Amino acid sequence: MKNSKFKMQNSKLSKEEVRHIAKLAGLTLSDAEVKKFQSQLNEILSYVGQLKGVKTKNVESTSQVTGLENVFREDKSMPFSIKYKNFFKTKLVLEK
Amino acid sequence: MMLYELTISQAQEGLKKKKFSVSELAKSCLKQIKELNPKLNAFITVCEKEALKQAREADKRIRNSQSAIRNLPLFGIPIAVKDLFCTKEIRTTAGSKVLENYIPVYDATVVRKLKEAGAIIIGKTNLDAWAHGSSGENSDFGPTKNPYDDTRVPGGSSSGSAVAVAMGMGLAATGTDTGGSIRLPAAFCGVVGLKPTYGRVSRFGVIAMASSLDSIGHLTKDVTSSAIILNVTAGKDPFDATTPQKSVPNYLKNLRKGIRGIKIGVPKEYFIGGIDKKIVHQIYAAIKRLEKLGAKIINISLPHTKYALAVYYIVQPAEVSSNLARYDGIRYGFGRDKFGAEAKRRIMLGTYTLSAGYYEAYYLKAMKVRTLIKKDFDEAFKRVQAIVAPVSPTLPFKFGEKTEDPLKMYLSDIFTIPANLAGLPGLSLPIGLVENLPVGMQILGPQFSEELLFQIGWAYEKK
Repeated sequence: MKNSKFKMQNSKLSKEEVRHIAKLAGLTLSDAEVKKFQSQLNEILSYVGQLKGVKTKNVESTSQVTGLENVFREDKSMPFSIKYKNFFKTKLVLEK
Repeated sequence: MMLYELTISQAQEGLKKKKFSVSELAKSCLKQIKELNPKLNAFITVCEKEALKQAREADKRIRNSQSAIRNLPLFGIPIAVKDLFCTKEIRTTAGSKVLENYIPVYDATVVRKLKEAGAIIIGKTNLDAWAHGSSGENSDFGPTKNPYDDTRVPGGSSSGSAVAVAMGMGLAATGTDTGGSIRLPAAFCGVVGLKPTYGRVSRFGVIAMASSLDSIGHLTKDVTSSAIILNVTAGKDPFDATTPQKSVPNYLKNLRKGIRGIKIGVPKEYFIGGIDKKIVHQIYAAIKRLEKLGAKIINISLPHTKYALAVYYIVQPAEVSSNLARYDGIRYGFGRDKFGAEAKRRIMLGTYTLSAGYYEAYYLKAMKVRTLIKKDFDEAFKRVQAIVAPVSPTLPFKFGEKTEDPLKMYLSDIFTIPANLAGLPGLSLPIGLVENLPVGMQILGPQFSEELLFQIGWAYEKK
């Protein structure tokens, strides 16, 4: 798959491409599956290809819908006074 | 009336008045499961032992103090859980052989909240594997059957949940809706289905399908039950960064306010060719009824509706391929050779559209058109407060009718997908039978308008 193919495809997926995609996705396909998926994927890709005709110049993309920004955990300090000499004392982390 | 036929509030009334015990209620649902499940295949796992133990403990609690019923909004209510929600120590399969032996070590936030509210988890319901499907036929554990006609599909992907509620195998059930997976089965099985606003309910512990679309909701017998459950499940969850701080109203408060003067839009794009005329007829009758109840009906247009399915079949498989990449059989579950045909199809589709050189043409383009679809709704909601539309273009269809043609199957969700792309809430209501098969209508509203949807739904439901 070359980087130069920016246009939504008119060309159809070949059996080789189907095998290549399966390999990228970590799937093993039988020959019968390659044949079936080739025609089904091509049918679906040709259907979604209709988006080519929609004008989207200057339209921003939507990756999330509720408009949340920079969601962080609440930055709250916890009281932590138990000390042993100059160290903090915590619960045992590693088993002996 | 049998106990399994009760709605949540009726059951609570009965428990309060000591007409029956929590154990009797649970046993009534379990009996339904035993009788009907061999035929309908609504459950993958039935939690009989755990449910009865929980029920006995609940009964003991009431004997000690009556206040348990008042303080816990779902006290003693048997609820079925879609097998996509992680349940601690109870097998969770996602309907796939990949996770056939997976036993989670924690509860999904929603499951934890339901339990804390007093609910009894009665079992894990069947679904299209990984929630991929509109008919329930993609389950690796066999299809669920429609209780109205067992030669027909119950709708998917929350197929088992819809059938469980329709037949009293639980008083309610959880579901997930990524492209219509709550609303469609609710419509096909004649129950109430709520798809909340994206982010209103935590996704934590629910096996991810398409993360920018997944919405966590439930199926119930009536609108009041739906509001009772959302009161429990909605809200900020520190484990899901997409749940906003936004306060959660009491969804029962304005339920009975009526709909006098409320402006409801009817989008012309949902009534075009391909839709069953008998469904159109039924929807128009329902709209008439809303008008009689005082709503103002306004014709509107959502011009980009026709592109929604194409956008969805780029965005959703792309996110699916990424979410399913984690199933490698190394840490838990089985290997990728166990994926069924539909999962493979979507993984490959997503892998392709996200790969270098195709990303801009497919994924980025789809996300831009998604903006246009969302804007359509924003514009419409300047004129109307809610929108009504059919849920499905067809009546429940026959098994095998669409399995050989994926695109034909995908078209089943043509009316439900736009709400997911825009993150809107949708309430699917049963509006009667056509040829002895249920028909559903959906009410859509602006983000976080669930309260209004319940208000409209309740007014419609009340005869």
